[in-house]
Amino acid sequence: MAENVTPRVRVPSSATAGEEITIKTLISHVMESGQRKDSDGNVIPRSIINRFVVDFNGENVIDVALAPAISTNPFFEFRATVPESGTFNFTWYDDDGSVYEDAKEVTVA
Amino acid sequence: MKTYALAALIGAVSVTSALADEDADLVVNGDLEIAVRAPAPDHVNLPEVLSGWLFRSDETQALQTDDFDNPGMIFVDDARETWASVEGAAGESCQSCHNDPESMAGVRPVYPKWNEEAGEVRTLAMQVNDCRETRMQAEPWGYTSGKMANMEALLASVSRGLPVNVAIDGPVADTWAMGEEIYYTRYGQLELSCANCHEDNYGNNIRADHLSQGQTNGFPTYRLKNAKLNTVQDRFKGCVRDTRAETFSPGSAEFVALELYVASRGNGLGVEGPSVRN
Repeated sequence: MAENVTPRVRVPSSATAGEEITIKTLISHVMESGQRKDSDGNVIPRSIINRFVVDFNGENVIDVALAPAISTNPFFEFRATVPESGTFNFTWYDDDGSVYEDAKEVTVA
Repeated sequence: MKTYALAALIGAVSVTSALADEDADLVVNGDLEIAVRAPAPDHVNLPEVLSGWLFRSDETQALQTDDFDNPGMIFVDDARETWASVEGAAGESCQSCHNDPESMAGVRPVYPKWNEEAGEVRTLAMQVNDCRETRMQAEPWGYTSGKMANMEALLASVSRGLPVNVAIDGPVADTWAMGEEIYYTRYGQLELSCANCHEDNYGNNIRADHLSQGQTNGFPTYRLKNAKLNTVQDRFKGCVRDTRAETFSPGSAEFVALELYVASRGNGLGVEGPSVRN
């Protein structure tokens, strides 16, 4: 249903053990609130991403519930400590049941 | 009583420079330097030409220094897909003739410019639509539509950092003079010309807004207020509307002339599009 949904993620490719790294994510999405009407007066049905989850090597890092007031193309920036080499898995859940995924590897020297 | 009110007004105006870092330099992605100041061209009645980026808050300025943070880049990615997709009866895409978008570096800084074959001054939007209609045999896009704004953003993004350099003499001289005339003409119930705000009062506040020189090197512009790209003629329309006048239409001869004239006022500034503004 939602069109042109593209996840984008930026994670440093390497880090030192225990270092706090900054992770940025952006997903293009209309985030239709369900409050608006089209030119004929009909309500445009709600279509948003309602949950965003990041795991590192199977361990949960953040788990965010998104609400209709969040703007189009939601952007998240957060920090995480990386104890070891591994993979960050990013998952976005759409109202329509679609799931968008991305993954980035971090090497700890 | 009148003197008192005037003194208060001057007081209010003088504190506004704290809103933005006007000494900052714009460096994108850590290595691409973009000129946000330039010596004023001879035909411009300003001490120095300044990009609108300098007049925005620190936070807004920062959004433009990294392509991941710049919300306008999403639309550039969208236009990249459009660039490569075949449309129209001729079975062509932009890519069929022009190869990669990067081959268009240097195009954005010289537009609007004279088209000898057509015998008219053409904006980038007019040229894109001519390509769509003549070469691709596809439907033209709306002059300020999302598709058009995105394509203009892609064309601007591959020219970022190159100095704006539109010609003002030769065959475009008449159009340029018409643009200058419009720039200095007062419109609307408020009787404001472009120059009243953007030449006489840049750096001052108009209510809550910090007035820039109205330069167009950053267009199309991602505005935080409407979360999309805005084309330069959309912005013209908004400005003229704010003077409480009936506006010219985007794509009209008047706005094309104005776009040429205003672009020439920024000759020397680096192309920023898609820029981020409030």
